[in-house]
Parts: sequence; C-alpha cells; structure tokens
Amino acid sequence: MRSRNVLTGVFLGAGSVAGTLLFRRRLARRRERVDVYFGDGSMVSLARPADADPLLRRARRILELAG
Amino acid sequence: MDAAAALARLREISSQVRSAVIFERGGKVIGSTFADEQRAKDVAGEAEALLTEAEGQRGAADGPAEFAQLEVALHGGSVFVVRDGDRLIAATTQPEPTVGLVFYDLKSSLRDLDTAPTPKKRAAPARRKPSTGAKKTDAKP
Repeated sequence: MRSRNVLTGVFLGAGSVAGTLLFRRRLARRRERVDVYFGDGSMVSLARPADADPLLRRARRILELAG
Repeated sequence: MDAAAALARLREISSQVRSAVIFERGGKVIGSTFADEQRAKDVAGEAEALLTEAEGQRGAADGPAEFAQLEVALHGGSVFVVRDGDRLIAATTQPEPTVGLVFYDLKSSLRDLDTAPTPKKRAAPARRKPSTGAKKTDAKP
C-alpha cells in the first residue's frame, strides 16, 4: 500500500515537472524575438527590447503591408 | 523557372506562407504574390531595411559575415528574409510556423530561379548576304 502511494507521488511529481517545462517552452516560443543567421553558421537571437525593438517595428510594418 | 512560377510553387508546397516577395538589393522586385506592385515594392524596401539592421547586430568582434536568413517572430505572425546569392525573398507566415520548414521552402524557391533559368530567346539568324557567285580562292597569283 505504502509503495503504491510512493509510486503515485513520483508520477505526480514527474508529471508536474514535465508540464512546467512544456509550459515554459511554449511561453518562450510565444515571446517576440528576432533570430538572425549568418553564412558562417553563426546565429544571433535578439529578445531584449533594446536590441530587438527596431527590428520588431520593421517586421510589424511588413505584416501590416502584407495584410 | 521564372519568379511567378517559383512563387506559385511556394504557395502550393507551403500552406504556412501567406505572402512573399522576391527581390534584389537596391529594391528591384523580381516577383511577388501581391496584386499591387507598389505594395510589393514597399514590402521589399522594408525587408531590405530589416536585414540591414539585422546585419548590424553582429558584434564587431565577431568579424564580418554575410547575412544568410532571419526570422522575426511576432504575435500576429512571422516575417522571414532569406538570401541566396544576390537574390532575397521576404515572406510572411501565420503565428508560430514550423521555422525550419519555412526556411527550407523559401530557399528552395530562390534556388528554383537559378537551377532552371528561362531559356533565352534565340537571336534571329543573320541574313546571308546575297551570293555574288564569285568563289574565294586561296590561289595566289
């Protein structure tokens, strides 16, 4: 009986950790960001407002124009 | 394949792409999915400005490198710009697209333009001069 309770607890704990990870991952994907890839294989990801804002503004304008 | 055919194929293979413009640096539009030519020009101009600003984001210490592609993810959708040689394609998609797939489809569209260029019209054959009847001879006097 006791081992069954422990097993249930372990499953609940693992499930909540997995759920939190998935939620955080989804939240991160929803954040507005800019990813720039260069020919040498390097990549710059801009998420800080100070860096990303000018590019986000331009992209918003493109979406507006595209309708 | 010409730009119109490449864009038609792009829309056929990628349901995520809403609109696209193929252009060259300097703003010369080669083709677009827009009916309005001015709108295509405006989008190309904004996309070029976007990639110029993006290129500036690479740190000076990293050294110079050519821009390859970018994605701007917004709540209302994503904007992609992909380069292949001198040509660029800017595209808009729905929110949260399959990024790798969109990049692949856009790059393929640009490559389609190069791999199968439209055959050039043959120049009209030069008119033959009317024969004078005299034959050239190598015989020396």
